[in-house]
Amino acid sequence: MTTMKEKPMTQTASANGLERPERDFGEGFCLSGETLQKFDREIAKYPEGQRRSAVMACLALAQEEIGWLPRKAVEAVAAYLGIPPIAAWEVATFYNMYDLEPVGRHKLTVCTGLPCALSGGVHAAKYLQEKLGIGLGETTPDGKFTLLEGECMGACGDAPVLLMNNRRMCSFMTPEKIDQSLEGCK
Amino acid sequence: MAILGAIQPILTAGLRGDALQGYGADAGWRLADYAGRGGYAALKRILAEKTPPEAVIAEIKASVLRGRGGAGFPTGLKWSFMPRSLPGDKYVVCNTDEGEPGTFKDRDLIRLNPHAVIEGMAIGAYAIGANRGYNYIHGEIWELYKRFEEALAEARQAGLIGENILGSGFSFELFAHHGYGAYICGEETALLESIEGKKGQPRFKPPFPASFGLYGKPTTINNTETFASIPFILNMGGEAFLNAGKPNNGGTKLFSVSGHVNRPGNYEIPLGTPFARLLELAGGTRGGRKLKAVIPGGSSSPVLPADIIMDTTLDYDSIAKAGSMLGSGAVIVMDETTCMVRALERLAYFYHEESCGQCTPCREGTGWLHDVIHRIEHGEGRPDDLETLTHVAGNISGRTICALGDAAAMPVQSFVKHFRDEFLHHIEHKTCLVPKDVQWAGSGFHTITQQVSA
Repeated sequence: MTTMKEKPMTQTASANGLERPERDFGEGFCLSGETLQKFDREIAKYPEGQRRSAVMACLALAQEEIGWLPRKAVEAVAAYLGIPPIAAWEVATFYNMYDLEPVGRHKLTVCTGLPCALSGGVHAAKYLQEKLGIGLGETTPDGKFTLLEGECMGACGDAPVLLMNNRRMCSFMTPEKIDQSLEGCK
Repeated sequence: MAILGAIQPILTAGLRGDALQGYGADAGWRLADYAGRGGYAALKRILAEKTPPEAVIAEIKASVLRGRGGAGFPTGLKWSFMPRSLPGDKYVVCNTDEGEPGTFKDRDLIRLNPHAVIEGMAIGAYAIGANRGYNYIHGEIWELYKRFEEALAEARQAGLIGENILGSGFSFELFAHHGYGAYICGEETALLESIEGKKGQPRFKPPFPASFGLYGKPTTINNTETFASIPFILNMGGEAFLNAGKPNNGGTKLFSVSGHVNRPGNYEIPLGTPFARLLELAGGTRGGRKLKAVIPGGSSSPVLPADIIMDTTLDYDSIAKAGSMLGSGAVIVMDETTCMVRALERLAYFYHEESCGQCTPCREGTGWLHDVIHRIEHGEGRPDDLETLTHVAGNISGRTICALGDAAAMPVQSFVKHFRDEFLHHIEHKTCLVPKDVQWAGSGFHTITQQVSA
């Protein structure tokens, strides 16, 4: 992995002079001013000299902006926090909600753990596979859906549960509700 | 999910009726609501009266509040380990990284009563001499991470956390840190590593967090429900809390009931309540079917057959005596439609996926456990497989840095012990004792495709 040096801020994105401009982290890879502002908010949560603590949040924010977490984004986060790229890379590969490969516009994670399985979690996963025509860990050819098997989301009482794009928890997913949810995805 | 029932509630007391009704109806979590229920009275009183920290800790000790995250360690004792007079930074950390299969109580606490957690943490900080804290929230419950941040903003705005709280001279900054998908971060030292921005790999203990915790500083870590119990204890007295439960098992506890029941959800009941009563509150087994087995304290606790659990009361000591653990209070109910081999296969898969990879016995052993159980489940079991399972589980137990190794081994040992015949049937007949279509029907997931092989 190559180390990246931060380049000076580009001044193009700020139309009214108030918005924070995006930053080019090298080789044309940019993160928006809005994302960087959120980075700063996360960094401020930790004591001085502990910027590294914000790495999980910053990686999640970068993924939110890009849709997945390319290597350049991981290196950009490392550069912003002043930590070695490998330190950010270790975190990105350890925690399973980071997507190190491109995913569909809608990432569906269905829990198939024991408590969920007792209430239809495995069957819901099977139903989704049939419905979308893909296996677990796959993306539909049109790039719309990615289907993943999840590990305990702490919502076993709501089984079957589906986590949409790492953000929204959908509960009691009967076949009818799954159909409705998929139709609601643009 | 919701808190669906309660007997003499403490943690959910005074929550408006609609908050208990179920999903979406969760008014009552804001600061004004909490204050209306008497919230922050304990913190305000302690700060105004400058109650000695020792007196706060003595009250917690008197309550016999035991850690609600799973280990059941006495909270007051844990707080007393902190070197309060030592100069320098100290931290208080809340563990809301709830990802033990079956456990979903802290999610409801953050959803319905986040300020009780904030007040409990502030009181904890005061008692142990910490000026900064973090609440580590499971990444999958993102909406509630956002809610907790909103509750923090309210508390900060009202001067209940931050610099010089209510002019008392005591300062306490509190922040939320989110996880991003790693069960192991529920282990306290892995959680600390994670806050430091590293992989969540557990540390060797000792040193314990009270002497070497977050950023190497003295740190106290408690579960969400533990902190949420603190304001009541300071308001009503330790003895009142103790009396709400039974001797050596103070207070009420949230039980997360999942699996084959009619009303899965959270129930707040006094420790010492019979299991049969909780099952009744949860609407009984689905379709009134026969109870087969229960995992009483989250997926890591040993499974108990129906006849044993039906005679057991729900408290730390009674469940231990019955051969399992109260753990996090996650009650996974399995009725007669359950194939115990398949159930164990699901658990083994989880632990294999979630092993952090640091210790060889766990990293390799959980893979072996899953492989062997998987092949038994899929009709490829070998005559000596049960021996292999017992052997591998025994070689993980007690040979790893953290408790995940034991957590992976215990279900295997207890399933094979109590349901040996079912495993043998699988190996001999290459199929489940419980027919697949019966298992399918038991899950309650109705679909016209009727894919019984699911």
